Amino acid sequence: MLKNRIIPCLDVNNGRVVKGINFVDLQDAGDPVEQARIYSDGGADEICFLDITASNENRDTIYDVVESTSKQCFVPLTVGGGVRSVEDINKLLNCGADKVSINTAAVKNPEVVVESSKKFGSQCIVVAIDAKKNSDKWEIFTHGGRNNSGLDALEFAKKMEDCGAGELLLTSMDKDGTQSGYDIQLINKISSSVNIPVIASGGVGTLDHLADGINSGASAVLAASIFHYGKYSISDCKKYLEMKNIPVRI
Amino acid sequence: MKVTIVDYNSGNISSVINSFKEVAKDKVNIEVTSDLNRIESSDKVVLPGQGSFKSCVDALNNISGLVETLNEFAINNKKPLLGICVGLQMFADVGYEETETKGLGWIPGKVSKIDNQNGKYKLPHIGWNQINILKDSKIFKDIENNSHMYFVHSYEFVPEDKNVISAMTDYSSKIVCSVEKENIFGTQFHPEKSDKTGLKIIDNFINL
Repeated sequence: MLKNRIIPCLDVNNGRVVKGINFVDLQDAGDPVEQARIYSDGGADEICFLDITASNENRDTIYDVVESTSKQCFVPLTVGGGVRSVEDINKLLNCGADKVSINTAAVKNPEVVVESSKKFGSQCIVVAIDAKKNSDKWEIFTHGGRNNSGLDALEFAKKMEDCGAGELLLTSMDKDGTQSGYDIQLINKISSSVNIPVIASGGVGTLDHLADGINSGASAVLAASIFHYGKYSISDCKKYLEMKNIPVRI
Repeated sequence: MKVTIVDYNSGNISSVINSFKEVAKDKVNIEVTSDLNRIESSDKVVLPGQGSFKSCVDALNNISGLVETLNEFAINNKKPLLGICVGLQMFADVGYEETETKGLGWIPGKVSKIDNQNGKYKLPHIGWNQINILKDSKIFKDIENNSHMYFVHSYEFVPEDKNVISAMTDYSSKIVCSVEKENIFGTQFHPEKSDKTGLKIIDNFINL
């Protein structure tokens, strides 16, 4: 039976982790390679890096980070943030990323999704959707949540599936950072409308929230803060989900 | 000993290279090449593959003499070869992804889309699933039955002779996830992304 995945996400800025894991005896709490390793040793089903480096001149640091991580981590590695073109995707894959997540570029130019999924295979193309509720629908935001595209999230999700996306990484901007749980309605709506897996993101504060995400139709749950601040380990999450009869890899 | 990973523009092979180098350490020479002479002189060959069946077959055919060299290596000389994901699928006679495409024809059978029961199951089949080991394959030495492996695919290999199947996995239907025919091995899952258990499979192949 296919297991539901738990994916810790690390925000990386200029080659350093911004929110680190709260490990007391870890000398360098800001090293993404080291932290990815701790997560994978702890049973993470995949690792996700989000490159939040703002300046172009520092962008190359993410390639070094991906390259070192992929030599030490033998679970799938997804990298996103600032991916603009097919060439960017190619570079990340060559450095050892297994999947690349595309956000703004997918909205601005869906051809990038079409072209890259043809060239590299759908399995490595993840489209990241940042959605915010507006009355009875959700709208897509780009540029790290700053710009409202006005596009309907549900229609966009279906379009991305048609363009060749292998997975959708769905973040609720209303919930992100609140630790009050995923946007259950959003997950439910999108995952029941597409045939590709949906990764739920944004808002996890408790173990129950992870179970809610899976029960709303997500194939995988992504979280950041609950892991970084040492609130829960990956193994805590898995034990809890198993107790709730949600299949996980233990 | 020399193990060669065939680099034929079949998509992203960094993880395959990293995992084989991790397992081989300094004991075994891991080479990544499309050079026919170097492939021929290898002790073992790894045939990776990502993307569609058609794009991988096209990429193989684009390198003049590569298919013949692989045939010589695996079929005539009977040296060990491991196909991963689409690398395994290409063992078949024919594949139906994008359009009907002829495979290597090493193991009679076809590659067709996983039946997702009218959308009841998501495709691709992505994530960790357990393998049910059906025969004592050499690459499964010290691998426990029902171990988790990492999968990502929408198509499955359906061999004619069920005796070549060494493991199955259970998704929307039972899917062939590993085959062994004499010196030819293949996994539908990605041992290079399947943590320590996956690395053990790679180790087993290197130590054949």
